[in-house]
Amino acid sequence: MITAHTLTKKYGAQTVLNIDHLEIPKGQSFGLVGNNGAGKTTLFSLLLDLIQPSTGHIINNGVQVDESEAWKPFTSAFIDESFLIGYLTPEEYFYFIGELRGRNKADVDALLEGYSDFFHGEILGQKKYLRDLSKGNQKKVGIVASFIGNPEVVILDEPFANLDPTTQIRLKGIIKELAAKENVTVLVSSHDLIHVTEVCERIVVLNKGEIVKDIHTSTETLKELEAFFGG
Amino acid sequence: MFNYFIGLQWKSFFRSASFKTEIWFKILMALGALYFILVFLSLGFGSYFIIEEAGLGDPLRVINRFMIYYLAFDLVFRYMLQKMPVTNIKPLLYLPFKKSQVVNYSLGKTVVSFFNLAHAFFFVPFSVVLLTKDYPLAQVVGWHLAMMALFYCNNFINIMVNNKDGVFYVLAALFIVAGASQYYQWFDITVYTQPIFDFFYDMPWTALIPWVALALLYVAAFTYFKKHMYLDGGLAQKQTEAKTENLEWLDRFGNLGTFLKNDIKLIKRNKRSRTAVITGFFFIFYGLLFFTSAIEVYDNAYWKIFAGIFVTGGFLFSFGQYVPSWDSSYYPLMMSQNIKYREYLTSKWYLVIIATVISTILASFYLYFGWEAYAAVLVGAIYNVGINSYLVLWGGAYVKTPIELTSNKKAFGDKQAFNAKTLLLTLPKLALPIAIYALGHLLIGPVAGYLFVAAFGLLGFVFKERVFRMIEGIYKKEKYKTLLAYKQK
Repeated sequence: MITAHTLTKKYGAQTVLNIDHLEIPKGQSFGLVGNNGAGKTTLFSLLLDLIQPSTGHIINNGVQVDESEAWKPFTSAFIDESFLIGYLTPEEYFYFIGELRGRNKADVDALLEGYSDFFHGEILGQKKYLRDLSKGNQKKVGIVASFIGNPEVVILDEPFANLDPTTQIRLKGIIKELAAKENVTVLVSSHDLIHVTEVCERIVVLNKGEIVKDIHTSTETLKELEAFFGG
Repeated sequence: MFNYFIGLQWKSFFRSASFKTEIWFKILMALGALYFILVFLSLGFGSYFIIEEAGLGDPLRVINRFMIYYLAFDLVFRYMLQKMPVTNIKPLLYLPFKKSQVVNYSLGKTVVSFFNLAHAFFFVPFSVVLLTKDYPLAQVVGWHLAMMALFYCNNFINIMVNNKDGVFYVLAALFIVAGASQYYQWFDITVYTQPIFDFFYDMPWTALIPWVALALLYVAAFTYFKKHMYLDGGLAQKQTEAKTENLEWLDRFGNLGTFLKNDIKLIKRNKRSRTAVITGFFFIFYGLLFFTSAIEVYDNAYWKIFAGIFVTGGFLFSFGQYVPSWDSSYYPLMMSQNIKYREYLTSKWYLVIIATVISTILASFYLYFGWEAYAAVLVGAIYNVGINSYLVLWGGAYVKTPIELTSNKKAFGDKQAFNAKTLLLTLPKLALPIAIYALGHLLIGPVAGYLFVAAFGLLGFVFKERVFRMIEGIYKKEKYKTLLAYKQK
């Protein structure tokens, strides 16, 4: 589904990302871990063509992302609050995304229905604009919005951060379901090793922009990761 | 302690992202400031002689007569533009500063703001002229000090009424009514206010009164601020109750409607964009300067085209010139969502066009000044729709200023909004139509001039596809730079 070729990103003399080859097959749930500055967000930004690669390129389902915009219809993402429109209510925001992805109101409402547990009654019908929601609730909105329109690739940067424990557990369920049922490729980055090993079939560790581990998740994985980051 | 504050201020000013602009722009800014200083100065020196020449009576009394309007304008101006001193207080709250120190510093900072100092450029020379004209020293000094205090009173009144839109609009309306009724000689407010200002001159010791008022206002502002210095009080972001709006009537425009819906909400729900629309609205009346022969220099056909462009293009200039920046806080979303650049641009284009058409209709009252006046407006509208609408979108690609929608900061003129390319693009917006008109006017006659400009505007329509393709290309090329710039708040 997604292939990166000789991908590097440099700022001046500093190389922040250097991936010779990375292939993510369709339907995989892919976890990205690494310390601050390891290049996780850089990789995701490159995937979304928000920054330009210094060398190499990324192919998403046959589309080279920095050449054509044809990846947009089947790819969705939530990276940070700059993916939210502050002056809209959550409903308006969902409908807006829905319209962009060819879903009418009824479709969006049906989808939102399935996330009422996740929203915990704090999102819909609150008479608040997105800019006035708490960070955690904003995140919930952004994550659910990225599921609208049956995307084939879903990219979530640090989805677990800022969420309360209940919501974290629910989100794990949602991501697992998404990856299992619908043949959707999910890319998740996280600082939480436990969550990411639970949710992802495959985990890639980035360190200073380079891939240092590429693990197929098993019962040993958590220990292996803890050993890597601890020592 | 104050040294810390001033040090922080210094750094925040010189390290702000927008400060690092091109050197020649700083020069331009300095020239602009110099221009205003010169205007105030020359008014300060000149108004005495102008009034004397016009034979309106004792210049000081004349100034006193209109002082109430001066003060009112100052207050309106401050309300719209002056920044509140609360910014950057938050990180200081839990540090070992006394609250009163923080408040004193924040309020003190407003005292040296340009909004206060600018008036000195008028009052100091005016008072000096008065003295040279043998007005008694004590009385002039008393008057001068009283005026100073009054403008500082405005400063603190503004701080306290800030964000109370209701109060503001009522006051503003009252003064507009007062101004209008004076013009039509129904009721003259100055009859009642002039004696107050004369008083300060006639009995200089009364200058103490405004100073006492000023002190009281300071104390009031101080206690008000101190009382509200909590995260959930005065420092909280104002939350308004949100209503979900569907605007379904726009659905018939398909994808375009999706964006238009968003833009309407953008304009309605954010302070900054509302200001842009209001500014655009006031441009409609800009033409009065030209068509009423109020200013002699403007009283010729060339300037009328200029007026026509501005009257109908207010929104186009105030909103249009910042086009991608309105979406700056969520630009990464727009760039990774299922959006075609073309649709995005087209929706903004339509918005500008609709606003221009509405302005043109609202400007129908120019018919009162004769068909030529309205012809200039119409022709200006056609040119705006046909040519300028492209030019603002084009220029927008180079304006990489992130806009903070909820505040009016930098609403009027931002450093980064001006760069070589945007400045160059102003030429065809304003100078070209005048040149085209001049061509027709000189070769054939005024009517031909109007027709030439209109024809030029219509020509723009014909090339819409081609122009959009070009603009789209520029936006794509600038995309990464724009994304990066919007990140730096």
